[in-house]
Amino acid sequence: MASKEAYITGVGQSEVGVRLTRHPLLLTIDAVKEALADAGLTVDQIDGVSTYPGKMSGQPGFSPVGSEELADALGIKSKWHTGGGELPAQLAAIGNAAMAVKQGLARHIICFRTVYEAAAQARPDEYRPARGGDLPGAMQYLMPYWAMSASNWVAQYANRHVYKYGMKREQLGQIAINAHRNAQLNPRARNISKKELTLDEYMEARMITSPLCLWDCDRYSDCSTVVIVSAGDALDEVKATPIRIAAMAGSIDSFSWDQPEWTSSYDTGRDLWTYTDYTVKDVDTVQFYDGFAFLPLTWLEGLGFCERGSAHEFIDGGHRIALDGELPLNTFGGQLGAGRLHGFGFAHESVVQLRGEGGARQIKNKHQVAVATSGGGPMAAALLLTRD
Amino acid sequence: MTNPPRMRPRIDEYNRPYWTAGAEGTLKLQKCNSCSSFNHPALPVCRQCQSEDLVYDALPGTGAIDTFTINHQSWYPGVEVPYVIARVRPDGAPGVILTTNIVNCDVDVVRPGDKVRVLFDEQDGIWFPLFEKVA
Repeated sequence: MASKEAYITGVGQSEVGVRLTRHPLLLTIDAVKEALADAGLTVDQIDGVSTYPGKMSGQPGFSPVGSEELADALGIKSKWHTGGGELPAQLAAIGNAAMAVKQGLARHIICFRTVYEAAAQARPDEYRPARGGDLPGAMQYLMPYWAMSASNWVAQYANRHVYKYGMKREQLGQIAINAHRNAQLNPRARNISKKELTLDEYMEARMITSPLCLWDCDRYSDCSTVVIVSAGDALDEVKATPIRIAAMAGSIDSFSWDQPEWTSSYDTGRDLWTYTDYTVKDVDTVQFYDGFAFLPLTWLEGLGFCERGSAHEFIDGGHRIALDGELPLNTFGGQLGAGRLHGFGFAHESVVQLRGEGGARQIKNKHQVAVATSGGGPMAAALLLTRD
Repeated sequence: MTNPPRMRPRIDEYNRPYWTAGAEGTLKLQKCNSCSSFNHPALPVCRQCQSEDLVYDALPGTGAIDTFTINHQSWYPGVEVPYVIARVRPDGAPGVILTTNIVNCDVDVVRPGDKVRVLFDEQDGIWFPLFEKVA
């Protein structure tokens, strides 16, 4: 039976670490168990699985577990499952699940993202990436110029803010400083961030690709994050406070990192508000993809928290985005402070905050509306999550 | 230059002129014969009008830097750092952006808006378009 609404009813996460030895399928099951207990569901009640980007044998650290493998391991009698990378960024795997439960294809869907990049790098014999061959597709226009990392591609957008809009390193640095400050209050970030980051330390850090320094780039981590998406007419089976997926948006521009004029966070951010009566003024906390520190600035501008070209002024001094500020950002530490969970951490934390279960890092103001985002290169996705 | 060979594009009938036009000393881009728009990266079809009548057009070889980054990190063994990665807007092809390296100058003197011109780094039959600042 079709359902009008989709809700997140459970969240879970495995240990987060660097060079973990626990098998990635086991990390995924750790996160599933926590999410099931959180929701008050049993695995027998799960009838769907969704993941991003699906199992990638050529890059086994990037995505070591697929939806079919997980369904098999848990004995899930799935009625609908998916796993793929051709989506508007990581959180679209949750968006797909929301559409599936609204259609009545499933009632409770496990959505997960498992990353194992640090472990894979440490154990190349087990997790060797496929190599070799000439470059196909859009990569042939980037890699020959040793523009090999997404940090290089994002840095050029960031440098436009430096030269066109006057962004200073002291301003950009507030993203990483805020991330490490919040991470100290998140027990799951203990393996990633050991202490707060000072502005002096930030300014002295070595440059990776200007204007991004070491602190502006997330680091490979090993972890699984799970979000359970349930149909609106199945909430009586759930014990946790359900969080509604009030709107979702995604976009892609040019299918190439170097052709878009602006990152896709702008189109996605604009579109999100067309699906809801909520407005940007209603938002209590934002959990923005920060694989590179510049990306949250594009989300602040794209969603309309400030004008295009002014986000560095919005975050100047860091007070606005702090835990006790008017718009707390990445309250769990983001990927910079809590590990490269690759998108799903932002949905997980939004749910924690909206339920008021953040403990030491719980925001003090109203916690009814959150925005979680992922991506921010040529593709991006955003979720508006509400407790109502 | 002591750098290792650049990674190579997979050549097909659509992108071959782009990667080999440097042999004639020119920068060429795929262009639609029906609607005259440039089509980069090259495809078997025009993105604007879906025509399959695609040709290659020579450009002046000049352009301007849209934005750039100075890369300090060693991503690949043997590549000398720092180096400049830039997005260049080639003259004569509005809307197209080429990722490239800015060479023959100190990395610290590159700025958005700088006028540049193409030069080619030939490696085993591939002519990689690079750019240098116009004095």
